[in-house]
Amino acid sequence: MTAADGAQRQIHLVAHFPGVNSTTVWSDPAAGSQIDFASFRHFAQTAERGLFDYVFLAEGLRVREHAGKIHDLDVAGRPATLAIITAMAAVTERIGVVGTLSSTFNEPVELARQLASIDHLSGGRVGWNVVTSSDAFHGGNFRRGGYLPYPERYERAEEFVRVAKHLWDSWADDALVADARRGRFADPDRIARVAHQGKHFAVDTTPTVPRSPQGYPVIVQAGDSPAGRDFAAANAEVIFTRHSEYAEGRAFYADVQERLAAAGRSSDSLLIMPGATFIVGDTDAEARDLSREVAHAQISPQTALAWLEAIWGRDLSDIDLDGPLPADEPEETVLRQGQTSTAIDRRAHAARLRERAEAEGLSAREVVIAETAQHTFVGSAETVADEINRYVQGRASDGFVLVPHLVPTGLDVFVDRVVPILQERGVYRTAYESPANPRPTLRSVLGLPAPQPPASLDLAVA
Amino acid sequence: MSDIAKLHDAVLTVGVALDGAGWDPDAWRELPDPAAVFTADYWTDLVRTAELAGIDYVTLEDDLHLQGASEVGDPARSDSLQGRLDALLTLTAVAARTDQIGVVPVVTVTHTEPFHVATALQTLDHVSLGRAGWQLRISPAPADAAAFGRRSAETLTPEALLGEAEDVAEVARALWDSWEDDAVIRDTSTGRFLDRDRLHHVNFVGDLFSIAGPSIVPRSPQGQLPVTLLAETAETEALAIRVADVVFIPPADTLASSLERIGAVHAAAAAAPREERGLEPLRIVVDFEVGGERGVSRGPAELADQVAAAQRAGADGVRLRPARLPRDLEWVAEALLPELRHRGLTASAPRSGVETPARTLRQRLGLAAAPHRFAAASEPSAGDDQDVQTRDSQEVNA
Repeated sequence: MTAADGAQRQIHLVAHFPGVNSTTVWSDPAAGSQIDFASFRHFAQTAERGLFDYVFLAEGLRVREHAGKIHDLDVAGRPATLAIITAMAAVTERIGVVGTLSSTFNEPVELARQLASIDHLSGGRVGWNVVTSSDAFHGGNFRRGGYLPYPERYERAEEFVRVAKHLWDSWADDALVADARRGRFADPDRIARVAHQGKHFAVDTTPTVPRSPQGYPVIVQAGDSPAGRDFAAANAEVIFTRHSEYAEGRAFYADVQERLAAAGRSSDSLLIMPGATFIVGDTDAEARDLSREVAHAQISPQTALAWLEAIWGRDLSDIDLDGPLPADEPEETVLRQGQTSTAIDRRAHAARLRERAEAEGLSAREVVIAETAQHTFVGSAETVADEINRYVQGRASDGFVLVPHLVPTGLDVFVDRVVPILQERGVYRTAYESPANPRPTLRSVLGLPAPQPPASLDLAVA
Repeated sequence: MSDIAKLHDAVLTVGVALDGAGWDPDAWRELPDPAAVFTADYWTDLVRTAELAGIDYVTLEDDLHLQGASEVGDPARSDSLQGRLDALLTLTAVAARTDQIGVVPVVTVTHTEPFHVATALQTLDHVSLGRAGWQLRISPAPADAAAFGRRSAETLTPEALLGEAEDVAEVARALWDSWEDDAVIRDTSTGRFLDRDRLHHVNFVGDLFSIAGPSIVPRSPQGQLPVTLLAETAETEALAIRVADVVFIPPADTLASSLERIGAVHAAAAAAPREERGLEPLRIVVDFEVGGERGVSRGPAELADQVAAAQRAGADGVRLRPARLPRDLEWVAEALLPELRHRGLTASAPRSGVETPARTLRQRLGLAAAPHRFAAASEPSAGDDQDVQTRDSQEVNA
């Protein structure tokens, strides 16, 4: 966000409901249900108490598998994204709800209608994290299967979003007349039929949902490949990125801003929000101890073993996790299904891990902890607040997507202790509403420009 | 009449079918703000009214095309209510703000993804703590086929639509059982969150789709949601007998034909192999219009007479279709329900100050707790799907 001269940039915060992966600690006595609605209500209401921009949900399309069996070491099982974000919006008043939804395993006419429905039901608070998938594993649960080649994923996503926007624009703002005296409910001349014929979709329909409070949901994007970044520069209003290290974050920020300008968009039309974990203690030293404790709970010996097996592509149950990494080279067998793996070159990955273990004197399990369970912000509330603020003022990000490690109370300490400090520093809101904006939508809370209504309703050829 | 019908003699269930501003196309003219039909508050207020009155459940209509526009290119109309929100999501918002009443959205199976349908319904059951049901619907409209653009309307023959609907119902029920109730073990000694032997692939292979499973949603409070179907035609009646727990008999021109239909459905359901498919006797629910042209002249006593006749003919419940909301719903609460209670036709009591634990929708409908189909079975390990490397995926790990 651009700030006035001399003014400090304002921090944006997003609350990521803990996921089904080793980041989420289930063995802690304070760990609650990952599926009961009470957990989602507590989490959303806590985030709203902390004046977060939105609550964020990942999507589950298939339960993860390891070596051909259900992966049993991490939290698993979660609600369907659309329904649970609707329910979370129903028990909150101002905070946004953003769901991850695949453009590969949905159809535009249905998903556009569902998102527009939630925008109405929530009073303009919904967002859509657009993701793509190409693998047969997830496709095994869907009509279309998993045959979409990798290069076509963003092509399909781009066409999907384009068609969805036509559908969302089909009812003009004034199409809903609702005038009982004149006996006119709708103005048919202000409702367009959308007929689209493209490579991936053939859609011919008159949508059933009037234009929603936000016009269309806030578009979020999370892919990091060059194609993903270009897609984001063209379509996204928020980028959820992994680049949570300061220098890397600045480089990513600059890269995306360049692509944004190339796409003809203004610099304030996109927010960049890295994912981040946090550990807050009474002192920095206490927080560091706590961080180590949490990391060991996140990476049990069994979890460390499964992580290494996914890279080595074979059973490693014979190794000593307190000893060195396996000496032999990885195999190409795919053991882990249903979770991101960025390690395409396994030999290089294994070599890098060995190098780190050697340099830092780490055992096999400690390497996994160092690679996967380093918490982004560790310290007292002051330290964490100052560190987050440094990133935002230094344009390494516009804020963070915070990923707590406990359900449902993982956000409480941040809201109770860090938020007040950010407010004291003058870099964080003290209310959602302002006199100028008494009923804010998610997009206005994010400070993003409203979508332009279509120039005309001539949408017959989209 | 079967023994089961006699067993439930005194406890007719009472549901209300909600749609737009009511079932009368002109009903929107009486709403103070007709545009409110696109808000959560409008639906929450209506369902709370029903909940307070002691209604067992509400259903909510849905369609993928504008009202009255089932052909491709049919234009919107200016004089009747046009447009609607997704019914399942609307009732999910309502479920989060109510705590007793059953919530039963219409969800179509023809163009939608069976996996999404099954998991969204499970989620509604979690949010409502066991108050969710499903009114399954097929979408034969050419407009719906054109909207999705994946199948030509000519391929959607009645046989194809019904066969697919049966497959979707079957796979949904399998997914709902794909986690055993106690699959989450949190065993710190072995580091296992799950007992993987208590999760099951469904490995469903049909003509039009295949689903590996298991569900992503742990088993919901009811396990099996009550599946309901409107018997609009002989074909949908036959489908209901094959897959549903509850069938709705649409309003007929005369009471006599409604009563006759009840008997016919009863006989057909009794002759069908429901038990071997794990289904209880089909609950027969008769729809009655309330208010509007056909219902307007009826007082509470007259309608209660008809309800009593339906009960004698073997009905297990009634579902009321208010012509004008909220007026006709209030009439149900204030005039009709007291009359039905007075005659002992229904056990549904208005909400009292004393909070009791909510009954599940299965309990309200008299359905036994659903056993778990996989609990005793063991299964071979999964893993036909291999090979393709995922990069950006659904789960974004920070």
